[in-house]
Amino acid sequence: MSSSDLHPSHRRRITSGAVGIGLATGAYGLSFGAISVASGLTALQTQTLSLLMFTGGSQFALVGVLGAGGGAVAAILTAWLLGARNGMYALSMAPTLQVTGLRRLAAAELTIDESTAMALAHPDPPDAARHAFWRTGLSVYVLWNLGTLLGALGAAAIGDPATLGLDAAIPAAFIALLWPRLVDRTMWAVALAGAAVALALTPVLRPGLPVLAAGLVALIAAMLMGRRP
Amino acid sequence: MIWFAVLAGSLGCYLEKLLGYFLPRSVLENEGVRRVAGLLPVALLAALVAVQTFAVGQTLVIDARLAGLAAAVIALVLRAPFLVVVVVAAVTAAALRATGIGT
Repeated sequence: MSSSDLHPSHRRRITSGAVGIGLATGAYGLSFGAISVASGLTALQTQTLSLLMFTGGSQFALVGVLGAGGGAVAAILTAWLLGARNGMYALSMAPTLQVTGLRRLAAAELTIDESTAMALAHPDPPDAARHAFWRTGLSVYVLWNLGTLLGALGAAAIGDPATLGLDAAIPAAFIALLWPRLVDRTMWAVALAGAAVALALTPVLRPGLPVLAAGLVALIAAMLMGRRP
Repeated sequence: MIWFAVLAGSLGCYLEKLLGYFLPRSVLENEGVRRVAGLLPVALLAALVAVQTFAVGQTLVIDARLAGLAAAVIALVLRAPFLVVVVVAAVTAAALRATGIGT
C-alpha cells in the first residue's frame, strides 16, 4: 500500500499519539487483569480474554457478571451487547481501510473505540486515517495484553480482593467507561433508568439478568426518540 | 463454565467486529440502528455500575464499595485518568475497611 501522500512528520505525530493511547490503555489493562483474577478467573482465562475478545467494556462486563455469580449465558450476552458497537465502528472503517483477506481478519480484531477514534480524528489524507487505525490498534493490542498480564499476575500473588478494595474497583471501572458517554440529558436519563431497572430486578432475578434487562431500557428509549420529531 | 464464557464471549465479540466489514454501509445510515447502538452501552454500563456497587448475590446492601464509587466520581470530575479512578476507588474502600468503618 502506498503511503507517499502522507508527510513523514504527520506520520510521526500519528505514531506518537498511537503509542500514548496504547500506554494509557495498558494502564487500564492492568486494572482489568487484577479485577478479572479477583472475580475468580485464572490468569490464563484473563489473558485469553485480552488476546481474543480484545474489547475492554465487554471484558469487564463478562468478568463482572461471572464474578457476581451470574452464570455463563448472562455473562456472554452482556459482553456481546456491549461489543455490538464495534460492529458499527467496523462499518464506518470499512470504506477507509479497504481491506480484504487476512488483513480484513486482522483489522476486525483491532476495531475498537481507540483505533476508530484515532482514524476518525485524522481523516485527511486517507493514508493518515489508515496509519492511525493500524498504529493505534496494534499499540493498544500489545500494551493492553501486557497490562493484563501484569495485573493478573499481581492480583494472583495477593490474597483476598476485598482487603485491597478490588471489589470497589469494579464499579469504578464501569463508571469510568460510562462517564465520557454522559454527554446530554438523554444519556443521563437512559443511564439512570438502566441503573434503576437493574437494581429493582436484582432481588427477583438471577445475577446477570438485571443488567441484560437494563438493555431493554436502551431499546425503549430509542423507540421513544424515534417517535419524537 | 468459565472457559465456555471466555471462548464463546470472545468468538461473538470478534464476529460482531468482522460482520461490520461485510454488511452494506446503508446499515449505518439507519437512524434506529444508530440510536440503539449509542444508547445500549450507556444503559448497560450504568446497570453494571449499580449492580456492582450495591448487589451481593440477589441482596442489595450499602458497604464500602459505595464510598469507593463516590471517590471514583470525584476523580472523574477532576479529569483523572482511568487507572487513577480505579485505584482511588479501591484505596478508599480498603481504607474504610481497614479502619473498621466499612464492611
